[in-house]
Amino acid sequence: MMGPQALPGPYALMRPRALLWPALFAVSLLLALLSVQIPAWLLRPPPTLMIDLAGATSAAMKWLVEDATFGLFTVKEATRAIATLVEVPYDAARILLVDGITEGKGRRATTIVPPISWIAVTAAMVALGIYAKNLWLGLLIGALFLYLAVFGQWESAMTTLASILIAVPMGVAGGLALGIAAFLSPLFNRILSPVLDLMQTVPTFAYLVPILFLFGFGPVSALIATVIYAMPPMVRITTLALRSIPPELQEFGRMVGCTPGQQMRKVLLPVALPDLMVGVNQVIMLSLNMVIIASMIGAGGLGFDVLNALRSLKIGAGIEAGLAITALAVALDRLSQALAARSGQGAVVTGNWTRRHPKTVAVLVLIVVTGVAGLVLPWVQTYPKEAMLSTRTFWSDLVEYINVSYFDQIEAFKDAILINVLLPVKRFLLALPWVWVLALATLAGWQLGRARLALLCLGLGLFIAVTGLWEQAVTTVYLCGISVIIAAMIGVPLGIWAAANQTAGKVIGAFIDTLQTLPSFVYLIPVIMLFRVGDFAAMIAVVLYALAPAVRYTAHGLRSVQPELVEAGIVCGCTRWQVLTRVRLPMALPDILLGVNQTIMLALSMLVITALVGTRDLGQEVYAALATADVGRGVMAGLAVAAIAIIADRLITAATARARARLGLAGE
Amino acid sequence: MNERPVKLACRHVWKIYGPHPERLLANGAAPTLDDIRRSDHVGAVRDVTLDVREGEIFVIMGLSGSGKSTLVRCLSRLIEPSGGEILFNGQDLLKAGAAEMIEIRRHRMGMVFQHFALLPHLTVLQNVAFPLEIQGIARDVREARAREVTALVGLKGREDYYPRQLSGGQQQRVGIARSLAVEPELWFLDEPFSALDPLIRREMQDEFLRIQNQLHKTIVFITHDFDEAIRLADRIAIMKDGAVVQVATPEELVLAPADDYVAAFTAHVPRAKVVTIGRIMTPGVAPETAGSLPASARVEDVADRIEAAGLPHAVTDAAGTVIGHVGARAVVDVLIGRGT
Repeated sequence: MMGPQALPGPYALMRPRALLWPALFAVSLLLALLSVQIPAWLLRPPPTLMIDLAGATSAAMKWLVEDATFGLFTVKEATRAIATLVEVPYDAARILLVDGITEGKGRRATTIVPPISWIAVTAAMVALGIYAKNLWLGLLIGALFLYLAVFGQWESAMTTLASILIAVPMGVAGGLALGIAAFLSPLFNRILSPVLDLMQTVPTFAYLVPILFLFGFGPVSALIATVIYAMPPMVRITTLALRSIPPELQEFGRMVGCTPGQQMRKVLLPVALPDLMVGVNQVIMLSLNMVIIASMIGAGGLGFDVLNALRSLKIGAGIEAGLAITALAVALDRLSQALAARSGQGAVVTGNWTRRHPKTVAVLVLIVVTGVAGLVLPWVQTYPKEAMLSTRTFWSDLVEYINVSYFDQIEAFKDAILINVLLPVKRFLLALPWVWVLALATLAGWQLGRARLALLCLGLGLFIAVTGLWEQAVTTVYLCGISVIIAAMIGVPLGIWAAANQTAGKVIGAFIDTLQTLPSFVYLIPVIMLFRVGDFAAMIAVVLYALAPAVRYTAHGLRSVQPELVEAGIVCGCTRWQVLTRVRLPMALPDILLGVNQTIMLALSMLVITALVGTRDLGQEVYAALATADVGRGVMAGLAVAAIAIIADRLITAATARARARLGLAGE
Repeated sequence: MNERPVKLACRHVWKIYGPHPERLLANGAAPTLDDIRRSDHVGAVRDVTLDVREGEIFVIMGLSGSGKSTLVRCLSRLIEPSGGEILFNGQDLLKAGAAEMIEIRRHRMGMVFQHFALLPHLTVLQNVAFPLEIQGIARDVREARAREVTALVGLKGREDYYPRQLSGGQQQRVGIARSLAVEPELWFLDEPFSALDPLIRREMQDEFLRIQNQLHKTIVFITHDFDEAIRLADRIAIMKDGAVVQVATPEELVLAPADDYVAAFTAHVPRAKVVTIGRIMTPGVAPETAGSLPASARVEDVADRIEAAGLPHAVTDAAGTVIGHVGARAVVDVLIGRGT
């Protein structure tokens, strides 16, 4: 106590606190080393504590599907009705893009009216690109669609596109409706917001299980899962956009005598449109991500191709399908972003309908002309097989070459990391008594957010314990933790570099943007090619997927440090390095923390998907539950992942708020 | 002026924020500022009673946090007052139903906002026509009317611009045109020029007076700028801590401030800006005069003319009857602050 007392004021209090966590870590190490001596009931949650929540959930779902009724109709009938509601437009979209109108079934089916030709679809996309921004965007999107045709991915891509065409309007409309309701009714908002929190933290796979159970295997289930998964951000953005409308505009609407309906339709929604379009972009990208994952429950399309290739280790086909997904993702993302930027900037064009919509007219004409011409000239209707290029063998050979030539180096690298980092950390964490881990989480909660946060951490930790998923949860924390640390170690310096140098900033920005548009599934392809299965492969995929926010938030945080502060630093005689470490990084800390938070969320969601490459964590639980359609098991594992995510999120949010308060930054 | 009928009146209007404002006001009680604070409430508007007469520019002046914005929102019922009556043409607005309120706002009230509140996705013309569109008026009719008002505020030729393409002053002209499109009887202006640069502000004040000379609306004008208030107002209500401290003409405010708070505002106002010649004239008819002036003319505006003439000017009342005369010496007294 002598040392701290010598220091004045606040330091006297800070000193022991700074020593607390290193001390706790030392105790943890000691406990891990002595774990053999620790009684089993302290090491793992004892079976007597466990509650069969999974069984109860399964039973409840079974009752719901088989016996439950809403009085006039049963749950089964309700799910059928919803399925039809989705199925009818989906079939229509498939007719337009993939199947055409056919007669007969299976092999003997004859086409009466063909689907829209590849030429017309590509032309329509080019026209949309020009409408949204300029000729360059149109050409880029045209090239990407041409790629799909030339490399033989057209039919799968159109199947995926058909799903997205149906899922996006449903997700947007549903999100808008819920968002408006939450804006109008504070009570509804209070009920909805924790539900949305949960929906966004439950991993994608976990959605699939109950939906599979309710709606069966097939594209309709996949669509429903997609809509549910993609909706929450739209709800959030809608509520936020409406709330951020200046109060004067709302008062104006009332002062000119708008009815509540006019107020919403003519004042609030149009004013919020640019923000809403950002939400639409999110819905599109999330839908694409989910449609790919939903191939597990029968979505078909590009996702199915990837899944198939992964399962049978067809390297070339997997990479090809992965690149096609990338092309589709980039096209959809750029297009919807351009549309968002365009909204609210329209110019007034007069004249009749054809005069005002020359591009629409051209596309419609092209659809009819190519449709008719396609009856005579098959290449107009479907891109000819003879002209297709296949890169399959190229990719297979390339991967084979890498694996043959560099096998030793890759293996050595992989083993070094496995033996020196992954395994020791895993053993250490698994050797800790569960009571101790729970106590640490609660203590962290107490330090950052007092009783409320401490109780939340304790409660969610206990939930994981009683579901009997403790070991899998710890494995999840270990893999996620290491991946996040590595992602931060790569991402934060990249972000610093991007903020310091404009050219680097542009290149890194473009790279990160592309990484973020890719559906999570795609990341598995290169990883599995080079590192096969196991924790290491999973870690690499997670790091790649979760890297983006660490880079982006760091760069943003550094760039938005007030220029006066930087100038003050320079005037004081700081070197560049000192300006960075003494002024900019400390001021950017809240933003960096937010980035790490996002990285954790992405890592958790990716981790579940890496179950495909054979991890032994909660993701595997969900995946196994999906394979056996075991609702209870899947839901519990999903909720356990959500519990981890919520603990991490709340702790970091509290830490961010503290950092902000300490720096005197306004707002959250 | 005083003979004109009352257009808008408020009687003991209160707006108290907090958990239970109704308890504080139960049975017609009038809690003091301390009562309100001690019970963890905030008194935004306290016991305000005012009459706004037809055709006058009634300015509500106060510093930020004095409750002026809340009061104007109570008058237009954008905010529901905690207690009191608001009489518009004798009808209590607080008793009007939702549909009735919509009707009143559609046809009889207009409002101009501090930050313009223009709809960013509509052109100037569409913005101005918006209140008419809401009423379901046919496009050609409403656009014709919108063109008229747009020309009135001097924006002819910019009908197809978007708000973001206009300067702040021009945007507020759009806001003014829009609020006039429905030909309101009662015109609220909530700090309309506060967001503008000083030079533009002055120009807009002149523009505002020009329009008012043409239209003779009943106006409730909010400002925190005392110079703006004395420049525009027929009468001024000065607010402090939610209550009205004094209601008077600019001249009375300057010559007879009700308390130290008002005096602090008026201390540096040149007398010539507010004093009318009716106040400094000598009663009775002068034998010889150089011309005649209305009693309501302000010294500043006519000093040059009176000083230049060798003879005194006759002073006439609103009806044109000569009630007195004023000479150069009386004017100079005011200008140099002698013997007030």
